Amino acid sequence: MSEQFITQNIRRRDVLAMAGTGVVAAGSIGLFAGDAMADPAAVAKAIKDQIGDKKTMSGAVTLELPQIAENGNTVPIGVEVKSPMTSSDYVKAVHIYADKNPSAEVATFRFTPESGKAKVSLRMRMIKSQNIVAVAEMSNGMVHMVKNAVKVTIGGCGG
Amino acid sequence: MAKARVKAPKSVKKGQVFEVKSLISHKMETGLRNDKKTGKKIARKIINKFSVTYGGKEVFGSDWHPAVSANPYISFFVRASASGPMKFQWTEDGGKVTEKSVNIKVT
Repeated sequence: MSEQFITQNIRRRDVLAMAGTGVVAAGSIGLFAGDAMADPAAVAKAIKDQIGDKKTMSGAVTLELPQIAENGNTVPIGVEVKSPMTSSDYVKAVHIYADKNPSAEVATFRFTPESGKAKVSLRMRMIKSQNIVAVAEMSNGMVHMVKNAVKVTIGGCGG
Repeated sequence: MAKARVKAPKSVKKGQVFEVKSLISHKMETGLRNDKKTGKKIARKIINKFSVTYGGKEVFGSDWHPAVSANPYISFFVRASASGPMKFQWTEDGGKVTEKSVNIKVT
């Protein structure tokens, strides 16, 4: 009787332990489960909020990204915009967006003619493989855009 | 708050466009993580603004979101105009500012 009680107890404990690890695992996987995630539509909306209905062009902006990022916690990202950077013709700002991160916005860079060159590098977090979008606003009102995909092996954002 | 480092050339020629690199130690807490012990959300605390002043005006600035990695590194370019200080400001959520200044010698 008592033996049966013990085995039952152990089983119960095992079950509890398993349930416990289950919860932990679920907790770490579902780190952002309750949070809204960005998607391509969120990126499109964020871009529209920033630049309005302006037409975007391609060609002037280059994104430097690894094809495969091993560690999503720090992914090197570089962006360069072709521009003479004179007081009449320069890059005003570059916005970076990610379409599968918890939020679409990553960073904004504000340039001046004194920047001399519209080139920046930074390190960013990526929770999983996704597209990175760079939008460049020129002083003459034109908007240039580029999109690159990055594969992430281990997601960042503290996951 | 945080330890900041800046790398810029000691001496540059007038008109030259030179690269400046900077790094600051900061957790960049996203506000999305849960405390493992209490299960509660850890409040967001990131550096949301970075600004560089040279020759009396802002020459480069950046707004950061939680997707910027911990210990944020950034490199950018500046055109040499005149000798003087280049000031760096990192502003944290809540308004705390970390400052750093380097002297740029223009020949």
